Amino acid sequence: MSEMSSNIILVILVTSFATYLSRFLGVVSSEKIDATSKIFRWFNCIAYSILAALIARIVIFPAGVLDEADLWIRLFVLIISIIIFIISKRNLVYPTVLSAILLALLNNYL
Amino acid sequence: MINSKYFFKGFKSIKGLDSPALALGASFIAIGALLKNIGFNLEQSIFSTFLTYALPGSLVMAESFLVGASLINIFLAVWLVNTRLYPMTIALMPLLLHKSQPRWKYYLSCHFIAVSAWLIMKDKYQSVEKKHRIDFWIGIGTGTWSIAIVSTIIGFLASDYLNKDMMIGLAIVNPVYFACMMVGAMKSLQINLSIILGAILGPLFFFVSPEWSILYGGVLAGTLAYFVGELK
Repeated sequence: MSEMSSNIILVILVTSFATYLSRFLGVVSSEKIDATSKIFRWFNCIAYSILAALIARIVIFPAGVLDEADLWIRLFVLIISIIIFIISKRNLVYPTVLSAILLALLNNYL
Repeated sequence: MINSKYFFKGFKSIKGLDSPALALGASFIAIGALLKNIGFNLEQSIFSTFLTYALPGSLVMAESFLVGASLINIFLAVWLVNTRLYPMTIALMPLLLHKSQPRWKYYLSCHFIAVSAWLIMKDKYQSVEKKHRIDFWIGIGTGTWSIAIVSTIIGFLASDYLNKDMMIGLAIVNPVYFACMMVGAMKSLQINLSIILGAILGPLFFFVSPEWSILYGGVLAGTLAYFVGELK
């Protein structure tokens, strides 16, 4: 048990280090980058694109339990939620709460 | 040391109708339940969110741990999935850098760079003068990070009561929140193109390489959007 336990601590430390590394190197690089420069705008585009790619991947090729809901149900719930967000003048509570309820319902009764 | 007025202004962004609290809460409740199910105890689960605070990395850690991957493999897998934090940091920190502020603030607070805090800061940084932005950011980061830690505890303790339907429901909340925030961020041609192309190319590259699809798709989409935007 204690070996298992120290193993878990090591796994957490390694994960944290691997995560902090990209953040740390980002700050080091930022010291030389001006917020009005072209390279800043390029990284800004890449940051938004990577996030959009990540979100699309979570919805289209999910890794966890989301996989058990049909792809069309997932996409339908996402699109309805975005429409609610726009209609409600950027309220984030309605779309997020409704998305969970809608997905659970559609997944059970469709 | 840290200007409390701006710190609390940032911290309060976790309240209100555009709060990330629900979305962050939902996903870290799921993480808490997941960590319990793979054999972590409560302290280890808290420690994990406290030190990592990046959702996809924690998921990869859990998956790797379950299949008994070596530490070096866990390191590489987590590093790869969290490489997105590098361009995200570069797209944020130059907006907060100020000569009068000590460097340790930047090197410590970069720990808060995760999708939700980042999107909030990108949305609100212009409302704070440059000198105080780092304190405002530390407030946002502390707020969102606290929610993540508390939610991990709730998820761990509630895991026996969470059935499959609830877990599926929790899992959609976070991508929906992020997608709405991204739609909210679409305010210039360059950003609009970055987001739309990223959402198309990311999944397309999944057929080329599942592990690298987000980086390949994201870098290509962002670069295309950058050049189109610069030409205009």
